[in-house]
Amino acid sequence: MNYGVVSQEQLEKMDEILTEKLIKIGVDCVVIIDMAGNIITAKDNDKNKYDIYSFAALAAGNFATVDAMAKLVGEQEFSLLFHKGTDCNIHFSKVDDELLLISMFGKEISLGYLRLNVAETIEAIRKLWA
Amino acid sequence: MSFINLKDKVIQVKIVYYGPGRGGKTTNLEYINRRFRKQIQSEMVSLKTHGDRTLFFDFLPFDMGQIKGFDLKIQLYTVPGQIKYNATRKLVLRGVDGVVFVADTQQQMRGKNIGSLNQLHENLAALKESIFRIPLVMQYNKIDLRKQGIPVLPTNLLEQDLNSKLKVPSFEASALTGYNVPETLKKIISSTVMSIQRKLS
Repeated sequence: MNYGVVSQEQLEKMDEILTEKLIKIGVDCVVIIDMAGNIITAKDNDKNKYDIYSFAALAAGNFATVDAMAKLVGEQEFSLLFHKGTDCNIHFSKVDDELLLISMFGKEISLGYLRLNVAETIEAIRKLWA
Repeated sequence: MSFINLKDKVIQVKIVYYGPGRGGKTTNLEYINRRFRKQIQSEMVSLKTHGDRTLFFDFLPFDMGQIKGFDLKIQLYTVPGQIKYNATRKLVLRGVDGVVFVADTQQQMRGKNIGSLNQLHENLAALKESIFRIPLVMQYNKIDLRKQGIPVLPTNLLEQDLNSKLKVPSFEASALTGYNVPETLKKIISSTVMSIQRKLS
């Protein structure tokens, strides 16, 4: 997969998928980043504004750290990474070896429902490169 | 690897400050953060220990204006310099586009500079990058100590130790006073952008 340069059409489709599958169900902000910490695309609900560049750098570092910990205990990877807060939760999911999808959402969405939608989102995004 | 967004016309470039522990990598970023405050939209992120040593990395995003209609977003990172943190250094180097090697010019640091540069070579090779191909700038830091009578390594010796094979641009600098800090930054940005342009054409 050559994600280094993503075409305008691919990005627009990706944004459509993220809006349709995640923003519309009530996710506050969703970001796709690469493992180097670059932002591929980001969508939000216009209410919550985050510093997504710093967020992406920290998220890539966080994921890489957890990945390294998985290997130390003999796991291939920890596929689910979830941080729970009082008002905001963060869910990380691997799209493929290079890309990560991160969703920030409040308490009105259940984790199960979010995971279901994230799985569908990832499936749809993978098809863009197929 | 840089990321180019054709829709929003944004290029993201990752530059890593690398070098031995307590060499002044974080101090470089702190100076840049103060001096270029207007071009920096967010706070500098520092993940450090209680003893103020970098634990994971520092991160500073930096807007560089436009090239060919694209907004250039430079992401500056440092690595933790302490020997035991090599696993972390490898993680931070992932997807790097350009490197500033910050050498410590204090006389007793000669071996540590060489060791750190050798490890950079190995770490890049593990990421299928080459120290001979990646845009690289040498910075000989703490040159201000010379004025205080503290023995520092002569620049020709540093060049011989660190730069005789690489032959990359180098600067004497003082991250503390800011001497040659912007020059180092400008040089690595221009080398990196040129290298990205070459890859694209």
